[in-house]
Amino acid sequence: MASIGKILRRTFLIGSAAIVGGVAFGAYYVSRPAANPLKPGKGETALSPFVLIDQQGVTLFAPRAEMGQGVMTTWATLIAEELDVELDQIRVLHGPAAAAYYNSALVGEGLPNKGYDISDFQHNLGEALGVLGRTLSLQVTGGSTSMKDGFERMRMAGATARETLKQAAADRLGVDRHQLQTENGAVVAPDGTRIPYTELAEAAGQIEPPEAKLRDPSEWRLLGQPQPRVDIPGKSTGTATFGIDVRPEGLKFASVRMNPRLGGQMNGFDASTAEAMPGVEKIVDLGTGVAVIASNTWLAIQAVEAIDVDWGEAPYPPDTDGLFNQIAKAFDDAPNSTMRDDGDVDVLPEGATEITAEYSAPYLAHATMEPMNATALFTGTKLDLWCGNQAPTLIQMRVANVANLDTEAVEIHTPYLGGGFGRRGELDFSEIATKVAMALPGTPVQTTWSREEDMRHDFFRPGAMARMRGAVKDGKAVLIDGKVASQSPTQQAVERYTGFPGGGPDKVLVEGFFNQPYAVPNYRMSGHIADLTVPVGFWRSVGNSHNGFFHETFMDELAHAAGRDPLDFRLELTSSEHAPSAGCLQAVKEMSGWTGKTPAGVGRGVALTYSFGTPVAQVIEVVDEDGTIRISKAWIACDVGLALDPATVEAQMIGGMIYGLSAAAQGEITFADGEVEQYNFPDYDALRMHNTPVTEVRVLETNKHLGGVGEPGTPPSMPALGNALFDLTGERARALPLNKQFDLLV
Amino acid sequence: MATTLKINGQAHQVDLPGDVPLLWVLRDEVGLTGTKFGCGVAACGACTVHIDGEAVRSCQVALSDVWGDVTTIEGLGTPDAMATIQQAWVDHQVAQCGYCQSGQIMQAAALLAENPAPSDADIDDAMQGNLCRCGTYPRIRAAIHDAAAKLKEV
Repeated sequence: MASIGKILRRTFLIGSAAIVGGVAFGAYYVSRPAANPLKPGKGETALSPFVLIDQQGVTLFAPRAEMGQGVMTTWATLIAEELDVELDQIRVLHGPAAAAYYNSALVGEGLPNKGYDISDFQHNLGEALGVLGRTLSLQVTGGSTSMKDGFERMRMAGATARETLKQAAADRLGVDRHQLQTENGAVVAPDGTRIPYTELAEAAGQIEPPEAKLRDPSEWRLLGQPQPRVDIPGKSTGTATFGIDVRPEGLKFASVRMNPRLGGQMNGFDASTAEAMPGVEKIVDLGTGVAVIASNTWLAIQAVEAIDVDWGEAPYPPDTDGLFNQIAKAFDDAPNSTMRDDGDVDVLPEGATEITAEYSAPYLAHATMEPMNATALFTGTKLDLWCGNQAPTLIQMRVANVANLDTEAVEIHTPYLGGGFGRRGELDFSEIATKVAMALPGTPVQTTWSREEDMRHDFFRPGAMARMRGAVKDGKAVLIDGKVASQSPTQQAVERYTGFPGGGPDKVLVEGFFNQPYAVPNYRMSGHIADLTVPVGFWRSVGNSHNGFFHETFMDELAHAAGRDPLDFRLELTSSEHAPSAGCLQAVKEMSGWTGKTPAGVGRGVALTYSFGTPVAQVIEVVDEDGTIRISKAWIACDVGLALDPATVEAQMIGGMIYGLSAAAQGEITFADGEVEQYNFPDYDALRMHNTPVTEVRVLETNKHLGGVGEPGTPPSMPALGNALFDLTGERARALPLNKQFDLLV
Repeated sequence: MATTLKINGQAHQVDLPGDVPLLWVLRDEVGLTGTKFGCGVAACGACTVHIDGEAVRSCQVALSDVWGDVTTIEGLGTPDAMATIQQAWVDHQVAQCGYCQSGQIMQAAALLAENPAPSDADIDDAMQGNLCRCGTYPRIRAAIHDAAAKLKEV
């Protein structure tokens, strides 16, 4: 563990140098500092944009939203580690929308490399390009980037604060700063005198922060150990405030209906019935939809559903078959990207056996537990907006534009998110709530979507198809030639966020496809963008969510064609290419007692996906119980490089897997007459207590770089389940969801 | 028409149409937001409360049909004085996003009141109506077993 700390620290230092080296973009943007967004009050000192110390204590403004991934706690731990305070002494607030919180890791992920083979140079270049995030004001919680982004910055913030407080104490005591120690929220003098940070805060604000040195990981007290999550007591007592729970004085409640033919026009509506319904205060014409403001959310939902609306047609083929025909057509066009092209896939190696297969994965909804909602108070000159969100700076710009205000006149408040999974990186719920509140200036209005509205107006995980061709020889894969086709969530999102169409090679579409850590000599992977306007977005693990299934099901088919054990087949191909990936496979082999043989009525499948810098291997076991198939057990091994909080890593790996298994088993969004056919959880269910597998997790720390944890657990779950079903039944699963082909316990 | 409800031991006068579900009375009228809206069709369990100790989906109980004393998550325990089941939730670090957990805890509390030593199969039966999109089920199961053991000691 000590060695990776050194590598990461050196990366940070070199990263700074690399920023100077990256003159074209890096140096220029870095030289333009983002303003400190915290505007400290009288008697307070903002030592950096992230930590605030005043007479009350230490406050961390976590720039990332807490949506269950433990980010508040781990960011606080990063600060506490260097600042020498206990975790329970730090008050953690979600920072305001601010350009100073740009997500450098997210933009760094955009580089066209595979990730697992990234050199230190490329890694640093990624960090240098990361400063672009600042210019786009990307305060985004997504891409499993929070720890990669915060690891250096938060510790540096804590260390800088510590040294500045020590300097303030040194000035007061007339001693040298280096004679002083820090401990439990106080500076300690050689004679044992303790001065609490709270007493030094004001003086510290007058001092130019001295250079601070980060501690060696061998000295860590908190990092690397499970920490109690700061948000859990509130979430266990009903006292944690989610977006839907904010209750500003005088609040009114609204609900909304937008065109179920997504993106279609509204030709007109008749609200006469709704107007006379109890509690109704106002009908709001949103142009492409309608809202009702009432005294109670339920009364608002009843009334908005009673409005007779004439909806226009959908701007895409009206049914699922038509959409997938259009996706398939994308294969005929030149690829948008070919990010891997090793050897020559056009020549079948002599003596090799060729196989082909075609796969498909459906559109999917995010289905966060907390339906979309936002609360807005518009006064004419100012707008306050409360909502669980993953992108406050983007929302701030958008709603300012909607309300015709300067961004400075818009304040974004981010309570807890009742699930994000990518859905709350969108701007629609904020924009709608702003428009509704503008109909009632001076009164705060909370606009809550019904579950049906939420389910049917998502930015869906796009439906996707893959055409795979491969060859095996002497028990090894010698050729893989893959094509994936789907809509591009990235290009659509860029247009939604900026108003300009996104373009260029889309790396996200092919992640989990072109960048898998297998030594296959002839290996070409291309992405094709389907020309469709169904709203699509970032769904936990994004492109990996379908590509993991395509790639790893095909890998199983290759192993089968080669007459090999599917786990050993993968182990051999990864061991020379990426040792941490091979380590994960070896770990699940040991954990599950994998022998390649299963008793009658039991099937096992394995899959490996490298995503967000983290390889994850999973073995899934299925059991035939009188004709119904139960997903009984799961083993997960991941290599995150450095587990800042192992208990949180474990929770995210299991949660990510269950999210993926839920989709693989039964998740599907279909279309008829231009409308989504699923309305609520009975049509779009997920795993529950009785059908969740018993799961064991092993967290490895050999990877050179800090990997993400929120998403990488999702992709391998789907192929591992499909491969287990093949092992059990002999039937290959090539289309999701699997309950259409197998009698799964739901 | 005003209706009187007893919620967490306190009487509340509510002036709303009788068909408004208890969920929305609690959240938008009484201001008890710990009980969550998830689906509105009794398919997710996020709105689970107790009426006379029985776990019910408050999105399906009309105000005029509330037949007894209502207990919500806020009435079960507070951050400073948690119920045993809530403390078990903290000890096992169950919550991720946390949105479904009020309902999970209310359902589990009702299970333990009825069955002080539930088996895994009992937990499967009692808890499968409560959806969690973060996938916290393994920790929920562990917390229920732990709370059962602690309640037995008392």
